[in-house]
Amino acid sequence: MSGRTLYDKLWQNHVIRDYGDGAALLYVDRHLLQETSTHQSFVSLRESGRSARRPEAHLAVPDHAVPTDSRGGEIADPMAAAQITALQKNAADFGLAYIDLEDQRQGIVHVIGPEQGFTLPGITLACGDSHTSTHGAFGALAFGIGATDCATVIAAQCLVQQKSKNLEVRLDGTPQKWVGAKDYALALIGQNGVGFATGHAIEYRGPAVEQMSMAARMTLCNMSIEGGARVGMIAPDDVTYAYLEGRPYAPQGELFDQAVTYWRTLASDADAAFDKSIGLDVGTLAPHVTWGTSPQDALPVLGRVPDPKDAPNEGEARRWARALDYMGLAAGEALHDIGVDKVFIGSCTNGRIEDLRIAAEVARGRRIADNTQAIVVPGSTAVKRQAEDEGLDRIFLEAGFEWRHSGCSMCVAMNNDRLAPGERCASTSNRNFEGRQGRNGRTHLMSPAMAAAAAVTGHIVDVREVMA
Amino acid sequence: MTPFTSITSKILPVLEDRIDTDVIFPARFLLLMQRGEMGRYFFADQRVAADGSELPHPANDPQYKGAQILLAGADFGCGSSREQAVWSLTGFGIRCVIAKSLGEIFAANCLRNGVLAITPPRIIINELAAIESPITVDLEAQEIRAGDKIFPFAIPPAHRERLLNGWDDIDLILANEEDRLAAFENAQRLVQPWLYGASDVR
Repeated sequence: MSGRTLYDKLWQNHVIRDYGDGAALLYVDRHLLQETSTHQSFVSLRESGRSARRPEAHLAVPDHAVPTDSRGGEIADPMAAAQITALQKNAADFGLAYIDLEDQRQGIVHVIGPEQGFTLPGITLACGDSHTSTHGAFGALAFGIGATDCATVIAAQCLVQQKSKNLEVRLDGTPQKWVGAKDYALALIGQNGVGFATGHAIEYRGPAVEQMSMAARMTLCNMSIEGGARVGMIAPDDVTYAYLEGRPYAPQGELFDQAVTYWRTLASDADAAFDKSIGLDVGTLAPHVTWGTSPQDALPVLGRVPDPKDAPNEGEARRWARALDYMGLAAGEALHDIGVDKVFIGSCTNGRIEDLRIAAEVARGRRIADNTQAIVVPGSTAVKRQAEDEGLDRIFLEAGFEWRHSGCSMCVAMNNDRLAPGERCASTSNRNFEGRQGRNGRTHLMSPAMAAAAAVTGHIVDVREVMA
Repeated sequence: MTPFTSITSKILPVLEDRIDTDVIFPARFLLLMQRGEMGRYFFADQRVAADGSELPHPANDPQYKGAQILLAGADFGCGSSREQAVWSLTGFGIRCVIAKSLGEIFAANCLRNGVLAITPPRIIINELAAIESPITVDLEAQEIRAGDKIFPFAIPPAHRERLLNGWDDIDLILANEEDRLAAFENAQRLVQPWLYGASDVR
């Protein structure tokens, strides 16, 4: 019998009841809530007269609809205000911890979970948001769910789930300067398609993964869903434990040591079998950007907009043609010549302090291009304060960037941070779908370094060239 | 939840690959809090222009009016976990999605809302795409009937049972699993005590 993977172990450790055929009742240790995906959950819980089974296992915070241009006082959009107020009331009525918009701990769920030590190795964690895969960076089995499932987790602390297959994504090599986790994610999806991991739980492993910081690991796991996987995980190691030690909700003192001993048993066994395996040599990787309206439309920055007649099949040819039309691009155009109107640095993919440091390094002593608007939206209030302590806000402001309050902002464009029709954005977010950043807005996904380079040149550009 | 046994209906074809949940239900409508309002925003930005005029889209086409079966391409419903995408779909009148492949969270959300979502072999999708008359999707028999043709389809037994009976997981769990749940928590508390008591969220 072959050994077990990290995913197998976490799955088996949480099975309450096995229904056969891969279906099981799975215990959910921790649940994060945000305002946009949970209101209907509470409506149905109230209708059926149900309460929270373990109120202490939940943490609620507004992030999706929050304004980033000011904090404190009235929220201008009455619909956003109503949604945030509803989350606060829902949490209070059901006894769940709630982090207020003005609280120093506020931020995007996937940034603050780890920051607060709410996210831990070995746990199952669910949230009504597809980028919950982010928490897999800690060796947690973390996955996005819909509102109905959020209600089930609140009332019953478990979910009926179907076990996924195991997919190994092996990363080798040492990246060049200015190439990082976002480029790995875009390259993986660009080369393998948005469905490459559907039905699978990804485990990222290999020497290049071991070298990554927790922030970089979170970026990589975050975009697992763009490859089709609900779950993307990395085995916990000393980097993980060093990050977690002393965090508010992490175990403290002797209990922390006891936890580390347990967490060390979770890594995939040496003889664990994966159903599928793919590899990527990050040593030869160039910075990547997307040209179209699917995350798989990703290419090295020195590439050209592809021609639909070179598409692998008729369906893709039609989709590419439509994407070119939507994006206002012509086949054969050099990616690095494409001008941008806006730049967005932030999101649960790239809104952490490490991301802002890299972007600031590019912005330092430079000035954003004329007719370009660039906003920096820290992933959490704690990231914002840390950046201000380090003087990053000054660097950005002096370069002409706007320095905002934390939230999902222009990644989901539910507040007033959005593109006008036809506007083009260099964005560190995770989705370039039609309308994602505003109706008829055009999104090019890239890393924080690449987005900052686009801001100071006014067009998509190879950051290595700017910094040479 | 409304049980799903069998439906006979026209097909609404939306066959482009990789239609994501932002296209099915654009993010700005996530500010809506009433489920009943969501059907009108099904494919909103592809059906209604910014100036309010109607755009050509299968969901606007009178010949597909009343269709309860959506025929889709690869990776339909990929992207965001928003259950609003499914509520807009059911609000529009769809009860069954037949796709080349499906976003996983979207598929799970369909199941939670009594929508049968299946992924038969692509050759069957292509055949169905050519059919203009109503077809029958029979979950009991696990087959699609179109004229004199019969296409069987696969579905996990647990999903089939839930849909046929209109069961909600939350009801089943709370009615049947309390002892197992408590036993699980008691056992886990011994192995991972830091997830309980003193180190619980404060």
